[in-house]
Amino acid sequence: MRRLVLIAIPYLWLLALFLVPFLIVLKISLSDIALARPPYMPQLDLSAGWEGLKSFFSELDFENFVFLTTDDLYWKAYLSSLKIAVVSTFLTLLVGYPVAYAMARAPEEWRPTLLMLVILPFWTSFLIRVYSWMGILSNEGVLNQLLMWLGIIDTPLQIMNTTTAVYIGVVYTYLPFMILPIYSALEKLDGSLLEAAEDLGCSRLEAFWLVTWPLSRNGIIAGCFLVFIPTIGEFVIPSLLGGSDTLMIGKVLWEEFFSNRDWPVASAVAVVLLLILIIPIVLFQRNEQKQREAEG
Amino acid sequence: MRRFSWFNTVSLTLGFAFLYLPMVLLVFYSFNESRLVTVWAGFSTKWYGELLRDEAFLDAAWVTVKVAVFSSTLATILGTMAAYVLVRAGRFHGRTLFSGMIYAPLVMPEVITGLSLLLLFIGINLDRGVFTIVLAHTTFSMCYVSVVVSSRLTTFDRSLEEAALDLGCSPFEAFRLVTLPIIAPAVISGWLLAFTLSLDDLVIASFTTGPSATTLPIKIFSAVRLGVSPQINALSTIMIAIVTVGVITASILSKRAAVAQRRDEQAAIRAE
Repeated sequence: MRRLVLIAIPYLWLLALFLVPFLIVLKISLSDIALARPPYMPQLDLSAGWEGLKSFFSELDFENFVFLTTDDLYWKAYLSSLKIAVVSTFLTLLVGYPVAYAMARAPEEWRPTLLMLVILPFWTSFLIRVYSWMGILSNEGVLNQLLMWLGIIDTPLQIMNTTTAVYIGVVYTYLPFMILPIYSALEKLDGSLLEAAEDLGCSRLEAFWLVTWPLSRNGIIAGCFLVFIPTIGEFVIPSLLGGSDTLMIGKVLWEEFFSNRDWPVASAVAVVLLLILIIPIVLFQRNEQKQREAEG
Repeated sequence: MRRFSWFNTVSLTLGFAFLYLPMVLLVFYSFNESRLVTVWAGFSTKWYGELLRDEAFLDAAWVTVKVAVFSSTLATILGTMAAYVLVRAGRFHGRTLFSGMIYAPLVMPEVITGLSLLLLFIGINLDRGVFTIVLAHTTFSMCYVSVVVSSRLTTFDRSLEEAALDLGCSPFEAFRLVTLPIIAPAVISGWLLAFTLSLDDLVIASFTTGPSATTLPIKIFSAVRLGVSPQINALSTIMIAIVTVGVITASILSKRAAVAQRRDEQAAIRAE
């Protein structure tokens, strides 16, 4: 009895506030837009019972999904989100790997401090961390002032409100997600393996490439997914740092909902976004599981 | 004795400069006299004064703290229960769905979570405000709590609980006297995580709030949408200061607790 209550409380909570809302999104994505409150015409009327269900399936037309394929904006936004996520994941790896490597090679008594310095930004507001770049990248910002003072450029560079600014924002905010899994993989690495490789005639670079890199692969994969998955649906970074030509699907969904008040299309955008995310999420889960099995 | 090689020194310096310089600049320019945030015009604390006189910011801060306290506490209770169910309840009908619902919100884009909850609240005609934000925040942060707590529960020595049961404890007493003290650090860090997630959230709060409640992130977002604002720099500085003090205190306390525990263990071994 007690066990049942214990299971039921969190179960019902998640059913009511996670699964049901998602089913509502699915339902509205199949509805028609209407000038009413709420601004959509339900196509699925459960109160009409079996008849309602039958008429729903006979009139099912996926028109909002068809609309997503006919208007350029949506598939361009999906593609551009994917591209931005891929490029920024790669850039984050490029910046994060050397830092994680250096942390794992640091003297042991330094490591807790270094680890805390990587985790500290986690606890600081995401919004503020993104905002901090606005003062640096704007036309009269710190970076342009510095470059002009050094005489490298004469006119300010337009970085703010471009996709470059979005890349910088993503790399900056998600860097700890990349560093931590790679660090934990590298920290476990047995130093004698490297010595063995060098004894057997590898150069340090070869030893890195043949030993360290493959053994940190799980950390790299985990880090890449942890950056890639949230970046696809990112809203704050493109709307603060990106320009009007930076298309990202999270921003499109937001505007579709709040500015155009087109709920059915916003819901269809959400459903497609989730379908796109399912593949990387499943791959990520499988990687985690493999790692757990390898350790346990 | 290992030392820093030049390559490692360079990557650490550059990496941490990249992580911390933007925040240092933010703090630096919050003391700028000029409204033009990036042109230095002398030291001043006037933006802090203006911030503290701004009722709208104070209201938003109060709403944010209220939401964070309620939602993180609820999330900790529900998340700990969920973790217990996941690790201990064994097989039951719908277990796969349950664990799916625990892990899915962790990877769900915030825009989708926000949109779906808003559509639910409208569907059941719930007045949107503090209450609906609390419901929304509780739902996603309980999943984080349950991940943190369940990782502690899986490494836990079950024979301790069994010993308590053998010695005549009821299952609830065994939980309260044995399990809870052992998983307490994970429960506390789960609460802290839920609290910060709630303080930090812009997207889900924007979807699920109504005209009556504005949280700090919503306020900050609308203020900085069009450009840098010195008041927001001042606000950010205050928030960064609170977080830094909090994290450093927490790490000192946990280090002390670890030292004390090691001492106790050694004393126990010597006593044997």
